[in-house]
Amino acid sequence: MRPDHRAAGLSDAEYGEIVRTLGREPEHAELMILGVMWSEHCSYKSTRRLLSSLPTSGEAVVQGPGENAGIVDIGEGWGIAFKVESHNHPSAVAPYQGAATGVGGIIRDVLAMGARPVALLDGLCLGGQSCPEAAALADGIVKGIAGYGNAVGVPTIGGKTLYDGCYNSNPLVNAMCLGLVPLDGIVSSRTARPGQLAVLIGSRTGRDGIAGAAFASSGLADDTRSSRPQVQIGDPFVEKLLVECCLEIHSKGLIVAMQDMGAAGITSSSSEIAAKSGTGIRINADLVPLREEMEPWEIALSESQERMLLIAEEEALEEIGSIADRWQLDWAVIGEVTDDGLFVMTKGGREVVSLPAEMVGGGCPSVQWPSRKPSGGVKGRGVPSGLLDPPETARCLSTILEDPNLAERSRIYRQYDYMVQTNTVVPPGNSVSIFRVRENRSFVAVTMEVDPWKCSLDPFAGAAETFLKALRPLWVSGAKHLGMTNCLNFPSPEDPENHWILERSVSGLAAVARDLACPVVSGNVSLYNESPSGKILPSPLVAVVGLQDCNSPPLRDRATLEAGSVFLVGDTQGTLGGGAFSRIITPGAEHNPGDYVPLKEKDFMERALKTVRKEAAAAGRAIAGGGLMTSLAKMCITANIGIGLDSAVLDTDPECLFGEWGPRAVYLVPERSTELFLSCWEGFPARRIGEITPGGLTLDGHEMLPEETWAGKAGRE
Amino acid sequence: MTFLARILVFPREGVLDTQGKAVEKSLNRIGFGSVREVRVGKYIQVLLEADTEADAAAAAGSMCGELLVNDLIEDHTVQVEPWKP
Amino acid sequence: MEAMKTSVIVFPGSNCDRDVMHAISASTGTVTDLVWHEHTTLPRDTGLVVLPGGFSYGDYLRCGAIAAKSPIIDAVIKHASSGLPVLGICNGFQVLTEIGLLPGALLANTSLDFICDFCHVRVEREDTPFTGHYRKGEVLRIPIAHYEGRFYLPEEQLRALEEEGLVVFRYCSPEGVTGEDFTPNGSPNGIAGIINRKGNVLGMMPHPERATESLLGSSDGAPLWASVNSWIRGRLGV
Repeated sequence: MRPDHRAAGLSDAEYGEIVRTLGREPEHAELMILGVMWSEHCSYKSTRRLLSSLPTSGEAVVQGPGENAGIVDIGEGWGIAFKVESHNHPSAVAPYQGAATGVGGIIRDVLAMGARPVALLDGLCLGGQSCPEAAALADGIVKGIAGYGNAVGVPTIGGKTLYDGCYNSNPLVNAMCLGLVPLDGIVSSRTARPGQLAVLIGSRTGRDGIAGAAFASSGLADDTRSSRPQVQIGDPFVEKLLVECCLEIHSKGLIVAMQDMGAAGITSSSSEIAAKSGTGIRINADLVPLREEMEPWEIALSESQERMLLIAEEEALEEIGSIADRWQLDWAVIGEVTDDGLFVMTKGGREVVSLPAEMVGGGCPSVQWPSRKPSGGVKGRGVPSGLLDPPETARCLSTILEDPNLAERSRIYRQYDYMVQTNTVVPPGNSVSIFRVRENRSFVAVTMEVDPWKCSLDPFAGAAETFLKALRPLWVSGAKHLGMTNCLNFPSPEDPENHWILERSVSGLAAVARDLACPVVSGNVSLYNESPSGKILPSPLVAVVGLQDCNSPPLRDRATLEAGSVFLVGDTQGTLGGGAFSRIITPGAEHNPGDYVPLKEKDFMERALKTVRKEAAAAGRAIAGGGLMTSLAKMCITANIGIGLDSAVLDTDPECLFGEWGPRAVYLVPERSTELFLSCWEGFPARRIGEITPGGLTLDGHEMLPEETWAGKAGRE
Repeated sequence: MTFLARILVFPREGVLDTQGKAVEKSLNRIGFGSVREVRVGKYIQVLLEADTEADAAAAAGSMCGELLVNDLIEDHTVQVEPWKP
Repeated sequence: MEAMKTSVIVFPGSNCDRDVMHAISASTGTVTDLVWHEHTTLPRDTGLVVLPGGFSYGDYLRCGAIAAKSPIIDAVIKHASSGLPVLGICNGFQVLTEIGLLPGALLANTSLDFICDFCHVRVEREDTPFTGHYRKGEVLRIPIAHYEGRFYLPEEQLRALEEEGLVVFRYCSPEGVTGEDFTPNGSPNGIAGIINRKGNVLGMMPHPERATESLLGSSDGAPLWASVNSWIRGRLGV
């Protein structure tokens, strides 16, 4: 019987390639395995070429893309391993478990580098909350992240949450983990040698997620219930034991190589080690601890959670076993490393799979989808909007602040334990998340950004601005960027216009990475985010990791000052395209996107870092969503201070008051520091726009905020 | 012989069952106005070896006393039956 | 021994053991051992025993229920009987109630949400080994992080608990006003921490180890560790 390759998810061309490489037709189990490993989610066939344009090397980069997580050097022999990964499709079907297992998976990716997980962040793109389906998904997703992250003892220190109708049936859940690793203790997947043993530690294997990777490579069917059997179930308690157990085993020098069992479980982890090490690997399905009776291909592809694959010398086995026993984890030797370059699986003594190891993970031919620029080109040839009087300004501001995208998020992040491990210095709800590293007395800063509206308006400039929106708050807080991780969340690449948008977005990211020397050390791609009800807006998510640049404390985005000045640095005018004002106040109006000007950004960066080094300001906030007025309002609300603005030094048009894009920031400067501050910004647009007052946000004396939003409100912490 | 013990554990009367209240409100909200009260508990199933059904019931009772039930806040019932796969 | 020696019990799923170790070291400079739950004895000269926060056994069955059956528990009970201090924090408090070293039980927060946030508690007793460095009535800013923090005792026993003065910490406003509005989890009478009749076993839901450095938001928890250290040294005649 000729195997049906199309049912396995392979195209005719791919099937032909398989037959050509093997010199024969594949067995059933081999076909199922390649169907999953050659899916978009596992093989990155549609984006490999694009991703190769991203800069990946830099001063601080110890490990770039290609391993389970990237690593940057944070000084004195320590590194931070980090990566962001998507779990979008599973979260659309079973939000709690989809989000929970997303957290679990990314923790294991970081653990696989030999790093102790020390922080989590989550990027969530959720549907409009007046849609009941979207509200239920959002609730389940937040609870899933809380349920898993809290139990496993890794603090969730920040993230990004936004809402748009395009995500109603296609929520995005991007989970990021950071781990601390001594640079001389990094675990590789390239160091396996023939004769070594493959050890599986963790949960028993069951049918969870069978063909889940293929599931992530197709759009959701109308009846998501039919997608249900493919969702994995997570157990954070076992994960906690697994983390402690693997770190202990590693600390005793017993591991040669380690892999997380993520998408396509045993197959992807073992074939990847073999391919990277230039060896083969032979797995005996009879030795894998099972929950239930399973076919060989099911064992090979199961995505049962909380399992790690270790490669170790035979002599190390006894000690590994006793450590696993103490941590009450199942473990078993399931195979060995060979020298024939093949990924082999046996069952009942018979070989049921025999494929070149390199073919399994890397053999899928790249796919070149055609691109076509959407007709109409870049939207918006907007006309200037005219001036706003103070009552109109106040009305616009309060409408914007009520929008879920600008409202404060404590209802969400209070459900996350952000304090466990007692290293969180700047918690969620701030422009930057910061944790300290006891081992080298340093402060690591992290930001996360996604902006589908700007990317939709202009994919190149929008993606660049997304990246810059993640960089600027780092700089303002006094941190120098070390590296970036990203998740490319897009709809189907098979539509030429979608593909053009994807290409342009990646170009935008590459430009910033190159011009600002912020290399990409890891990342993830999630395509086909669409369903019969619609597709998502282009949503590249960027997270940047930085290191406090000097001995001064990090500069916060709020401060309770008795007196002082308010400064605006950067252009007086922002741009309205793709921003909160355009979306909320004038939907339907066409506005321009902003321009990407690398030299300006670099200049801004140098001066922002200098401002912190010289301790020339009490607080600083990069202007982002909702523009200048929103940033000022947030400062007033969170720090319970007042700011009085003088319209003589401002333009009272929406571009100035609510415009976004470009390097602009507001600073609170005590009187004694004014000269010092101005010297840091000499040669860059900087003007005093107001002063600290006893309370409220006023423009020429007119109240901009209703009293109940700022009066007596303690800073949210 | 193998026996199956079916144990139901539920919040004691007088203990505020916040989960039960939340479920009750949800049911009312989606149209089941007839619901007067909901208590949420758990079902524990234990397969055990014993010589007689009485022995199995006694063992199950001890398990409840020692670990499975916190009688400050929970009530429980135990049903034992012979088990056939 | 010149200063206190602490044993922090580690169950499978405990998360805050190292945090406690760091907090004790930072506030008192004394030594802490992490003790795996499978041991049957505590290290020699143990002064303070801490049952830390976390999710022992994944909170399966009931919070702290399975941990309460660990091999080390007998040694903990013996330690308590000898009059030496035992502190249960969050999940540790839950374990103490399951063991029976403290009365009551901890139930789900009335909001049915996990809550991680700073809150305020008022010190109700300054005459315990844990509160010697505080004043009665003092307000502390200490964080909580839990889903099951609502203390429960049947009404009569709750009344008796209050009459015997066994409540050590009560949730309150920053000014020290107690009441439902200032109790984040619905705990009756704002009960955040209680002590046994003998006065040496304390259980509390807030995390004092997370309030030991102002860098992280509050150092109001630091005196608690110093209090126990002073008390133990006093008892040793040091």
